[in-house]
Amino acid sequence: MNLAQAWSTLNGVPDPEVPVLSVVELGIVRELAVDGDEVTVTLTPTYSGCPATEVIQDSVVEALRAAGARGVTVTTRLDPAWTTDWINPAAAEKLRAYGIAPPHLKAADVQPLRFHPRGIACPRCESLNTQRLSAFGSTACKALYRCLDCLEPFEHFKPI
Amino acid sequence: MDANSLSALPYVLRMADACLIHGQRLAEWCGHAPVLEEDIALTNVALDHIGQARALLSLAGALEGRGRDEDALAFLRSEREYRNVTMLELPNGDFARTVLRSFLWASFMKVLCTALASSTNPQLAAIAAKSLKEVRYHQQHAGDWVVRLGDGTEESARRMGEALALLWPYTAEWFADDEIDAQAEASGIGPAWSSLQAPWRAEVDPVLAEASLTPLAQDFNYGPFRSTGKRGVHSEHMGFLLAQMQSLPRAFPGAVW
Repeated sequence: MNLAQAWSTLNGVPDPEVPVLSVVELGIVRELAVDGDEVTVTLTPTYSGCPATEVIQDSVVEALRAAGARGVTVTTRLDPAWTTDWINPAAAEKLRAYGIAPPHLKAADVQPLRFHPRGIACPRCESLNTQRLSAFGSTACKALYRCLDCLEPFEHFKPI
Repeated sequence: MDANSLSALPYVLRMADACLIHGQRLAEWCGHAPVLEEDIALTNVALDHIGQARALLSLAGALEGRGRDEDALAFLRSEREYRNVTMLELPNGDFARTVLRSFLWASFMKVLCTALASSTNPQLAAIAAKSLKEVRYHQQHAGDWVVRLGDGTEESARRMGEALALLWPYTAEWFADDEIDAQAEASGIGPAWSSLQAPWRAEVDPVLAEASLTPLAQDFNYGPFRSTGKRGVHSEHMGFLLAQMQSLPRAFPGAVW
């Protein structure tokens, strides 16, 4: 197995909770090293309490083994902390097409106290006339919104 | 174990146990919150805190160097060995008390995690940088509720006022330094918690003022009462909390599912 094959394998591993993105597109694969049949993967967690973390580690190991790696070592790196800024524009567009409003602000631009970001565009009709229904959603990384024009509920990937 | 690790251990445990116990209390709301959105919110915040506790307890286990992992430290210690501040082990009370406590603690975590960026322990600095992103959101969410309830109806304002009167004296403990703070500051592990009081007040005061709660807090001066949880001497509520939290791992050691 060479490095390009390893990256391409991980590009095919979906995030279990946001399956439209691969673990690479989500930005959690921080480093990949190949030494013969041995692969070392460095992952960073999205949220400290994200229950998907272990599932992701298992699927990464499984996919690399299936692609021919004999030994796979997964290490966890906390620093620098994961940020939604690592979701690149192409991946953000995939999220939108999937029905999840991508994190549209730079994480650093979000005001820290009391006021949640306004003006989240509806991923279906692009209207800015939207309303937050719930600060937390089906997973730690998302909040629940609804569009007041097309009336569809949608999820928003929170910038952190 | 070198001297630096030895002095860092209780400092890290204070933070780890605070996250664990607060997470446990918030998790009690699962299925009981007044509306579904808040049920999800309180349990998501609980999950973040438990995740932070896992990372911090793993670090504590490594500092201790006796082979105890996060589970052993979370579930197999006795009450006196827990180092969380007392406020976080108090019963949840009503929703107002729960969100006010969450706000006060998230604001403290925010200034603590910010200061820990320059910790001489790189793992602690990394956990703090990660946690900072999470507690900022907790603070926003809980702060929203403090304002809505404090500045809401007569009934909601009464409940939020009572919650503040109950909880405020317990924050005195946070800023009462002891030898563990002094050692942590001297070794560069982290700030003495007393140095966080001013930045914490800068976070908390504007929200309490917006919530029309300032007059209820007797000018926020502390009386003689000092809780002592961070030294391991807890309130009468801690034993019940631990009995529930530890019952399964103690009845079925090493259980997995």
